[in-house]
Amino acid sequence: MKWYSKTYIGVFLAFLYLPIMVLIVFSFNDTKGRTFTGFTTKWFVQLFHNAAVMDALMTTLVVALVSSVIATVMGTAAAIGLEKMDAKLKGAVMNLTYIPIINPEIITGVSFMLLFVTAKKWLATVGINFQFGWATLILAHITFNIPYIILNVLPKLRQLDQSLVEAAMDLGCNPIQAFFKVTIHEIRSGVVAGFLMAVTFSLDDFVVSYFTTGAKHQTLSVMIYAMTKKRVSPEINALSTLIFIAVLAILVLVNLLERRNEKKLKQGMLKWKGGGVKE
Amino acid sequence: MNLRQAAYPYMMWTVVFIAVPLGLIIYFAFTDMQGSLSMDNLVQAGRYSSVFVKSIWLAVVSTVLCLVIGYPVAYLMSRMKGIGNRTLLMLLMLPMWMNFLLRTYAWMTLLENNGIINNLLGMVGIGPLNLINTQGAVVMGMIYNYIPFMIVPLRSVMLKIQNDVLEAAQDLGAGPREVFTKIILPLSKPGIKTGVMMVFVPAVSTFIISQMLGGGHNQLIGDIIEMQFLGNAYNPHLGSAISLVLMLLVLMCMSVSGFLDDEGMEERLL
Repeated sequence: MKWYSKTYIGVFLAFLYLPIMVLIVFSFNDTKGRTFTGFTTKWFVQLFHNAAVMDALMTTLVVALVSSVIATVMGTAAAIGLEKMDAKLKGAVMNLTYIPIINPEIITGVSFMLLFVTAKKWLATVGINFQFGWATLILAHITFNIPYIILNVLPKLRQLDQSLVEAAMDLGCNPIQAFFKVTIHEIRSGVVAGFLMAVTFSLDDFVVSYFTTGAKHQTLSVMIYAMTKKRVSPEINALSTLIFIAVLAILVLVNLLERRNEKKLKQGMLKWKGGGVKE
Repeated sequence: MNLRQAAYPYMMWTVVFIAVPLGLIIYFAFTDMQGSLSMDNLVQAGRYSSVFVKSIWLAVVSTVLCLVIGYPVAYLMSRMKGIGNRTLLMLLMLPMWMNFLLRTYAWMTLLENNGIINNLLGMVGIGPLNLINTQGAVVMGMIYNYIPFMIVPLRSVMLKIQNDVLEAAQDLGAGPREVFTKIILPLSKPGIKTGVMMVFVPAVSTFIISQMLGGGHNQLIGDIIEMQFLGNAYNPHLGSAISLVLMLLVLMCMSVSGFLDDEGMEERLL
């Protein structure tokens, strides 16, 4: 790379990281002001003693995990069914599937809000008290997560060697057994990738959560939003530092694993993708 | 037992949680508080046409700037080898995974009148400049938050451009400019298409960036919608009408740009 290319990338990265660095530096500042007066870790201590923050962290994790697991199961099943459908019906279902992805987030958010407000009214007439909260959050998150599972699993199903499935059936498996003995191993990487994507999007989501959250349990994003209205809150900075460290650690770990796998591939140690065939 | 049935639960789900909510937006847009048919909301939505224009304008400016700034970054990334390539991709992804609100909040602390940038400028005797609560700040916030969405698809398309092709063009006497206009640009078109849509859609519908960096007098269409549903001006009927217009607008942009063509939709969205 020429020197000016390097400079360009360098300036771009500086622009990308400047705000993040500012957050991190000020999370160790011992006054609330905009000038750095001294080093402290008290904001981190305060953060961990803040019950609301801990509750939000819990809510965020539970919503992300529960919605991703349900979305993964339903989405994988959906992909398998779609693969066997005639093109017309499949096309119709896929068009609906794309909607949450291509629609602006705010519209997805308000459409859920309308759905839940309407459901609340209807249920009230039959005497059921339905409130915004865990359930609305999880239902909304499942809905925007499923498309990512389907889009990750479908290509894997297309690459699947049908003769393997047929062989299993010839040997006396019914379709369900064949799925658990053959198909699931072949599409595993797509399912895992979809699941991880869903967790990431769910953890990071603000807009949809904002429109579907209840008064009681808020996700971290919704809470951060409330905090930013108060202008100066060093606890936000402390939280940013922790999130940054967590993301950095995960990324480094993923990279190391990938590199190890590549090395193994080079050494020919990695058995073929099914994790090896048992003799 | 037939495998097709595996998709039935999901098909029911799409009806209840995707089709019905969209139907509700349309229903609310065309009814009034009493539930009788009315065109009032759409007429009222028309009053916000200047806000629509402003949102589209700022989103277009940000998208173009994202493309201009991001294109060389994507190209340089696609030409890198081995560890450098991977590290750079990681450096690009990392901010994307930091919470979006935190990143925007960070710009607030940078741009404020007694913020960090103005303090630094004050040391060299400039300022204080009025940075926050301007359209410029909103555009900058959009670029900052959405530029990775431009770079990632561009980079993956450019990775497919072989160096041999570029060398062949040079062997045949093409200068750097010709190599760019005749080889790189045409081959990266699908990436441009995707990148432009992936920046434009969130930018045109944002309400956080305009709220945090634009102050009260730089409201975009997202802010107006948010106000109708969760703000002081609770009116889901008007909010739905505006949402409907915004949705149709986005769909129109997508079909014009050919973003909705079936081929490669999957790759485009992941």
